[in-house]
Amino acid sequence: MTSLPLLRVRNLSSEFVTTDGTVARALDDVSFDVHPGQTVGLVGESGCGKTTTLLSIMRLLPVSARITSGQVLFNGTDLLGLSEADMRRCRWKELAIVFQGAMNALNPVMTVGEQIREAILLHDLMDSSHATRRVDELLDMVGIAASRRDQYPHQYSGGMRQRAMIAMALACQPSLLFADEPTTALDVMVQAQILELLQKIQKLLGLAVVLVTHDLGVVAEVCDAVVVMYGGKVAENGPVDEVYNHPRHPYTQRLLEAFPDLNRPAGSLATIPGTPPRLNALPPGCRFAPRCHKAFDRCHIEAPVETGLGRGHTAACHLLEKTEAAK
Amino acid sequence: MNRRDYLLRKIFFSLVTLAIVVVLNFVLFRVLPGDPVRAVIGRNVRISADTQQALREQFGLDRPVFPDQFLTALGQWSRGNLGVSWSLRKPVGEVLVAKLGNTLLLIGLGQVLSIILGVALGLLAGWKRKTAVDVGALTFSLIAWAIPTFWLGIILLAAGSTWLGLPTGGIVSPSNVGKPLYTVLPDVAHHLILPTLTLTILYMGEYMLIMRSSIMEVLGEDYILTAKAKGMSHWQVLRRHALKNAMLPIVTLIAINLGFTVSGAIYVETVFSYDGLGKMFQTALVKQDYPLLQGAFLLLAVSVILANMLADILYTYLDPRVKAA
Ligand SMILES: Nc1ncnc2c1ncn2[C@@H]1O[C@H](COP(=O)(O)OP(=O)(O)OP(=O)(O)O)[C@@H](O)[C@H]1O
Ligand code: SF4
Ligand SMILES: [Mg+2]
Repeated sequence: MTSLPLLRVRNLSSEFVTTDGTVARALDDVSFDVHPGQTVGLVGESGCGKTTTLLSIMRLLPVSARITSGQVLFNGTDLLGLSEADMRRCRWKELAIVFQGAMNALNPVMTVGEQIREAILLHDLMDSSHATRRVDELLDMVGIAASRRDQYPHQYSGGMRQRAMIAMALACQPSLLFADEPTTALDVMVQAQILELLQKIQKLLGLAVVLVTHDLGVVAEVCDAVVVMYGGKVAENGPVDEVYNHPRHPYTQRLLEAFPDLNRPAGSLATIPGTPPRLNALPPGCRFAPRCHKAFDRCHIEAPVETGLGRGHTAACHLLEKTEAAK
Repeated sequence: MNRRDYLLRKIFFSLVTLAIVVVLNFVLFRVLPGDPVRAVIGRNVRISADTQQALREQFGLDRPVFPDQFLTALGQWSRGNLGVSWSLRKPVGEVLVAKLGNTLLLIGLGQVLSIILGVALGLLAGWKRKTAVDVGALTFSLIAWAIPTFWLGIILLAAGSTWLGLPTGGIVSPSNVGKPLYTVLPDVAHHLILPTLTLTILYMGEYMLIMRSSIMEVLGEDYILTAKAKGMSHWQVLRRHALKNAMLPIVTLIAINLGFTVSGAIYVETVFSYDGLGKMFQTALVKQDYPLLQGAFLLLAVSVILANMLADILYTYLDPRVKAA
């Protein structure tokens, strides 16, 4: 990649303080880049920290959680260092997000159009009458008739609500869009339509997108780069072609071994024996060690560090450190 | 379904409920023990059997209960004629109207204050969850909610009259009756302080508890996170997205409480000898004044039905989803 990264996440760590007082280290040293106009897939099994990563970047973690260290460089500015007021101005105007399971992401007692308009007016982008026209344009862009602007979310189907969410996310022309499993809870046909729409818009607007998904097929189809997470850490990260053709981390290898698998319903990851680590009782050493078919002594004692493998490909595994050191 | 159909349906069911209440109200007072004629003429007066019979005929009591008496009663009620109070010897309708104003003044004041304070306190507590403010507000509300009305009223009465020199009861000092308005109004306000305070404390706890849990639930909803992600401040999120949703349960509670205005007033009005419906109700009960009780019951039922209908109508404006239900 020649361009400067739009988003540079460096060594980001976050934790939850659970009700029983224990600390769950939900993110540990997460690093990845997103370049302008690029689509990056974020994959990993449930609970590995994908949503937490996005919320940490936008500084929207619940009160029970906090960011403990790291940097989130957006166009060179560290978002973690901004005042709350500056961060508010940055949200939606620079970074917008479509949430997981958008069924309840729209306010039930406010019309869809008003919820979109509100974002435009909040960021002082135009006056009220222009904003209304812009809402119609946005709805049109996602394939919703302007006549439905003044309807309430319950009058929309699931697919339409997700389209409306996308229109809302585009309202302030952000340069980066987070889509957190935008198609879960939708039926297969609608899933395909939503993904198509996202792709179309991404091309049209030159938007950078971080797409969280469980579907490796979708990643292969729409993403330029992929970040594979395991237990709050980045296991492997690189261009999709690289990672899919030469997976280096045993976790990624296991995931891809089962891919493409026509017997598995689309949208779910291959299941790997064992359970994901409990974040408040992490194993010492590599977090994947209890389930890793290649684990050896050192894996249970020492955590592996991220190793560069060339062409923007990195992975965190002791096996790679050895081979790299031997070179 | 559109709003008109929805409202028509609600009004229809309100009318059905009203009809059932009217029938029950009639039946209830026919099966209660006691002889109306004896009650009217008093226990100890000796009156010949002939005269008693004449009275029965005059009041239509010799005719069958159903349908004759029922239809007569229905006709009278529909014309606003609720009969004559045995103990006060005045038309029931007149008595009710006279007392209703006083009660509405007291309960209205108490309700408005408790709604404002309770909702504000609930919001604050839910917003500052698990802080000292929250724990303090919660403790206060639970106590206020659990306190017996009578007990709180007597404590406030004793404390207020002893230390603050506030009047112990009534609406206006006897010496001020008939004086010009600028003398009477401050005096009335003075009399209202203690009963209003009692009511405010009693109702406030409930409003606060409901508001607190409601706002906490709403703040955990996905659309609140969406609003924050849009770049709204805490205050904007609260005002534009949380408040309306969180107020929905409060509307129901207000309607329910309004419906129980009369019964809720019984204790407070009795403690403070406040001349309203509640006190009248209590007196009517003690004196077994059936016509008055019957009228009061009817009023009570009608106010509950009306309040519920009002809540339904309000709901259609607050929550667009209701119409679809
Ligand atoms: N509110 C919370 N309190 C405590 N722990 C939490 C909370 N939210 C998330 N976590 C923990 O943080 C970890 C990461 O959760 P996160 O929601 O980021 O996972 P995810 O990868 O998005 O999963 P999914 O695919 O199911 O959406 C989980 O193990 C979860 O237990
Ligand atoms: S470090 Fe060891 S346990 Fe971890 S992935 Fe590599 S081989 Fe497996
Ligand atoms: Mg998630």
